[in-house]
Amino acid sequence: MGELIDDAARAWIGRSQDPQRIEINRSDIIKYSIATEQRLEKYLLGDEAPAMFMFGALRPLVPMEELGPDGITVDKFIPELPLKRVMAGGTEMTFHRTIHPGDVLIATRSLSEMVEKQGSTGPLIFVSYNLVVKTEGGDMVMEEKQTRILR
Amino acid sequence: MSNIDIAALSVGDALPERQHTANNVSLFLYNAAIWNPHRIHYDETYTTQVEKHPGVVIDGPLQGDWLNQVVVNWMGDNGALAKFNYSNRRASYLGETLTSGGVITAIDTAAGTVDMEIFIKNENGDVITPGTAQVRYA
Repeated sequence: MGELIDDAARAWIGRSQDPQRIEINRSDIIKYSIATEQRLEKYLLGDEAPAMFMFGALRPLVPMEELGPDGITVDKFIPELPLKRVMAGGTEMTFHRTIHPGDVLIATRSLSEMVEKQGSTGPLIFVSYNLVVKTEGGDMVMEEKQTRILR
Repeated sequence: MSNIDIAALSVGDALPERQHTANNVSLFLYNAAIWNPHRIHYDETYTTQVEKHPGVVIDGPLQGDWLNQVVVNWMGDNGALAKFNYSNRRASYLGETLTSGGVITAIDTAAGTVDMEIFIKNENGDVITPGTAQVRYA
């Protein structure tokens, strides 16, 4: 163990991406709420965003030519590692405040941890990111620890 | 909705179950809403021939949302979602009917918190997306 993550990769721990600024608008919340078959009026009217709305709001907006044959863009915020196949791991969210139309949010993602593990089919690397979402005024909105598994 | 009386809850109480059957339209709208162009969610030929899935894939985070709804549809107007965790353990494909639900695992009346385990099960009864949540009452 310990040989899959070299010093250059390890230097990524603690690095942050440029903060992302997101303007929350009602029709985006309504579209999300219809598609996910929400039942509460506050979501269907777009008065409040469902907790998982931020997952979509933070997805990358890149030009068409940056989309691969699979349709998706490669997340470049990951060090060079010997394992290439990426699987979604778990996610842990903490909420401090609900999200409403008109909110302007600042989201910052940092690489927090890289751990090698031995899986049943071979070595794995768990890469964890911390996402912090605040209002433009600096109030905490939510925090999320996202884990990706490389095999 | 109405309010939940935390004093009336017991560990082991079940949260209401709900069935979810995604179809081509709902899956398209979800992926459009979250701006996800990954072809495994709408292009069946590509999905089965290139990425070798048995069918069009139901998004993991969509199941995460359904899990979240188990909690927020139950918690009452006086509850606030404080914590929510989940992980997608196994894939699910278009045509399957999934069942969401949960059970209360801890109640702290002094702190005003209720913890629960939540799940998405497939038609065989296997939990494919487990999670936990904590609701806070003022």
